[in-house]
This record gives sequence, C-alpha cells and structure tokens, in this order.
Amino acid sequence: MDITTQNPTAPPAPQPGRTEDGRAARGTTRPGDRIFLGLSRGSGILVLVIMAAIAVFLTYRAVLAIGKDEANFFTTFEWNPSGVPPQFGIAVLAFGTVVSSIIAMAIAVPIAVGIALFLTHYAPRRLSGPIAYVIDLLAAVPSIVYGLWGALVLVPQLDGLYGWLDDYLGWTGVFAWNGGAPRSLFTVGILLALMILPIITNVSREVFRQVPQMHEEAALALGATRWEVIRMAVLPFARSGVISASMLGLGRALGETMAVAMVLSSSFDIQATLLDPGGGTFAQNIASKFNEASEMGRDALIASGLVLFVITLLVNGAARLIIARRKEYSGANA
Amino acid sequence: MAKRIDVSGLNAYYGSFLAIEDISMTVEPRSVTAFIGPSGCGKSTFLRTLNRMHEVTSGGRVEGKVMLGDENLYGAGIDPVAVRREVGMVFQRPNPFPTMSVYDNVAAGLKLNGSYKKAQLDDIVEKSLRGANLWNEVKDRLNKPGSGLSGGQQQRLCIARAIAVEPNVLLMDEPCSALDPISTLAIEDLIGELKERFTIVIVTHNMQQAARVSDRTAFFNLAAVGQPGKLIEIDDTERIFSNPSVQATEDYISGRFG
Repeated sequence: MDITTQNPTAPPAPQPGRTEDGRAARGTTRPGDRIFLGLSRGSGILVLVIMAAIAVFLTYRAVLAIGKDEANFFTTFEWNPSGVPPQFGIAVLAFGTVVSSIIAMAIAVPIAVGIALFLTHYAPRRLSGPIAYVIDLLAAVPSIVYGLWGALVLVPQLDGLYGWLDDYLGWTGVFAWNGGAPRSLFTVGILLALMILPIITNVSREVFRQVPQMHEEAALALGATRWEVIRMAVLPFARSGVISASMLGLGRALGETMAVAMVLSSSFDIQATLLDPGGGTFAQNIASKFNEASEMGRDALIASGLVLFVITLLVNGAARLIIARRKEYSGANA
Repeated sequence: MAKRIDVSGLNAYYGSFLAIEDISMTVEPRSVTAFIGPSGCGKSTFLRTLNRMHEVTSGGRVEGKVMLGDENLYGAGIDPVAVRREVGMVFQRPNPFPTMSVYDNVAAGLKLNGSYKKAQLDDIVEKSLRGANLWNEVKDRLNKPGSGLSGGQQQRLCIARAIAVEPNVLLMDEPCSALDPISTLAIEDLIGELKERFTIVIVTHNMQQAARVSDRTAFFNLAAVGQPGKLIEIDDTERIFSNPSVQATEDYISGRFG
C-alpha cells in the first residue's frame, strides 16, 4: 500500500528556523531543543571518542609487545612474554576460543530456537509466560555462578557422556577420550551453551512474535500443518533476527572469562581431541595471567585481547553480510 | 473440480461469544456468491468457517454442518489441513510470502502437497500465473521477491498461489479493499474468468462490486452490537439489488443504514 496521507490542500509547513515570510530567523529555535540537541550530539561523539581511545591504547601497547616477541605471534604454542628472549603466540588461544564457541553455538542455537518456537507457537499462554520468565532469570545469573556450578556439578557428571561419545564417535578422532578429567574445551562449550541459551532464546522469541499473522494465515490457508507454517512463513521471516540473536550469544561466548577459567584445565597446547583436558581461550588466559604479569606480560595479554576484538568484529561483519545478502527477501518491504 | 457447498445450522463462537447464529445456505458450483452486510455482522467469520480457518483464532469454534460435495468438513476424523487444501483462500491484504520469489510463492502450496519435477512445477506456475492474469507482467522477474510487486499484482499473485493447488472452492475476504480502482477492476475481471473452474465466495463491502461480479448475494446483519450476526437472505444478485424480499436488505442496499 502506498497511499500518501498528505493533505494536498494544507498550506506548506513553514521551514524550521525560518519565519513565515522565508527570512532566516536566527536565535528563534527554542532553548529546550538546543539543549537536547547538544546533549544527544555530545553523547554520540563521546561514544566515538571512547572507542577511539580504547582502540589507540590497545593497539599501541599491543604493537609494543609484538615488536619484542621473538617468536611468531600467530603460530607459536607458547606464552612466555617475560622470558629471555620473550616468546609468545596466540595460536592455542585462538583455537580454544573459536572451538569452544563453535561447540557452544552448535548446542545452544538449535535448542534456543526450539524453545522460542515452543513459547510462541505451541505452548498455551499460561505456560509460556512462566517459562519465559524463568529464561529471563537465567540470563541474569552472574557468570561466576555458572562457573561454580560447572566446576562443582557439571564436570563430575560428565564421565558418562564422555564415555558414550568415545564409544560411538571415538572413531572420528575428534571425540576420542583417554579417560582424563572432563575439563576440556568440550566441557567449556557445554557450559557456554548454557550461558548463551537465554539471550538467544529471548531475542528469537521476540523475533518470532513479530512475524505478521497474515503470513502465517497465508500458509495455513494453503493447507500447511503447524510445522509447515513455521518452516514456510515463520523461520524465513525471522532468519535475520535469529542470526542477530546468535551473534549476541556468540559475543558472550567468545568473551566469557570466569566460567571458562574455572572449568578448563588449561595448558598451552592444542589437544588432539576435543575431550582431552587442556587448551585455553583469550579471555580465560588474560584473567588467569593478568595479576602476576610483568609490564611486558601485560602488553602481551593486551595484544591477545586485541586479536579477540578483531575476531569479534570479523564474526559480526560476516553476520551482517549474511543478513544483507538477502535483504530484499527480508520482509522489510512487505 | 468445483463442488457445491451446503451449510446447515452453523454457529460460530469466539470463546463464549456467539458470533454468527444458525446459518444455512447453499453455494452452487461454478458460480460467484457475494456476502454483504455491515461491519461486525459475521460475514468474514462465516467465510472462515468454510475452510476451517475460524478455529485458528484462539477460542474459535464451530457447531453445525458444512457439506463440501458429499463430505462434512466438520465431520469426525476430518483433518482441517486437508480441508484447506481443497478450499483456497485470498485475504484482505495481499500477503505473498516476503521471503520468497514470485515463482516460489506460486509453488508454495504445491511443495506442501507432494513432490513435483522441476518441469511440472514450471508448467503449473506458468498456468497459475496465466490464470491469475499476471504472467505477462512477471514472466521476466519470476526470481525476484514477490513483495516487490505492486499491491494489485501482489493480490493476483496470491490468487495464483491459491489456484495453483487446484482447490474446489476459492474464498475471498474483501480481496480488493486495499487496492486502487484499476487493480480492483483487474481482480473483478479475473473473478469472472475463475468462476468457470471454481466455486467462488467473496466477502465485500463494496455493493457495486457485489452487483458486478456475483451471481448470488447473501445479506448478513446483526440486531445490535454484541448480538450474533445472522443471514438475512440469499438470492440471485439481480433480485437482491432490485427487489429483495426483506425490508432490511433494501434499507442496507439503498444506504438507509449500515
């Protein structure tokens, strides 16, 4: 529908800042407007200034550290910035961060989408309200609590799952298990999945709720079952929203610190299988080394933080590309 | 393909509210039947009972019998999904799937019903778009999004989508109320062609439209707000608009109320 609501007989509205006979009228804008303009413009500029300051600081310290690094910063399996000569590299951290986040996403996204669909399309209203409330609460649990629960409750329970994975999927190599304590990247992934589940669920739920009724009715009227309605009208319409929701979750997973530090038995090498303890993530490594680090050590940690920052930017950029690629099909123009 | 609809003693509720009461009528195959009446009289509700879309609304339920051919749509063991595959529907606002191309919109119903070969699909899509008088306008942009078409084209796309699955009946719920006069005319011409193949029921607020496109017209009314809507009379369109047998019908048509 493109019906314009303009009334053609209405007199043209006077231009803002001009009097009716067209002369510029300086100083007649209302003081309230000017104050508000100043405040909002100032806030906008402040954000940019802070961002730029952080970026400059991080980059400066990181460049200092990398300049002194005697090993390859990107490929070395070692973290010894205070040694003589200093040698450190982010390969283990990048691997651990990316792998644990992928595991977390693989577990959390399907479950979150399932819960959100259940809440919006299957559950009776008196059930969906309380469930949504509980999920909101889960999002508010501090990560240190997840970490405690992970270390004290989850880890001791995982032997059974690890054994099962080893029995049935051990042949892939990735899921082979040598019987060590289940403080591996895989466990970290499970814990991260739990932590990012609420945010993905909540945002997806909002997105599913906004699918226009008329698209669902269109599918129903064609003789679609409830699942077919979801597949035909709901999921495609919500696709970009679900991707955004997943990115929010991924952001948390990539940067999660305490819970990972408490569950992972970290080491500076890459394990042959996901189930063997060892490895590390950027945030966990920074948290566990920062306090005792020398100035050089801190600069090295800052350099690793900068890499995490860049990875996060790349992932978000990729998600935006995916969304933009099918913009004309997004439903925004419906 | 067209079948007769025979409704008897039909009540429809929203929760405990009785929206339409005791409706009985027959809709002849290969004809156009128009439902007219003031807002809130239940004509859209009644239309939606004919493909079991009424019960999709929360609290919606129906009592009575709707025979399509010799099958009761509300009989035991009848699957509403199967009913909707036989009774197609076009809505008030054009609602092509925004995430699908023109082609995929038309093919959407077919893909639900089973597997077709690409060539078969191509055939049916072209036939349906031709049937909806849209083929010439979209044949070069089949892979463009359906939501990029104009409002009138979108509505004809929705008609193409509905007739692609060869339903027995086509329900139209004020299909032109969101369209300009030229697009409206295109849809009305189309309705005239489609009645050769389908049983068509159309709800409209536009009485000239009812007079132009329909063979039979049913007038619905309600005694007061909060009262159930009722079928006042159904007759040949010519007779309803020239010499209706009920005074209320004449009052409505001549604009004395409603």
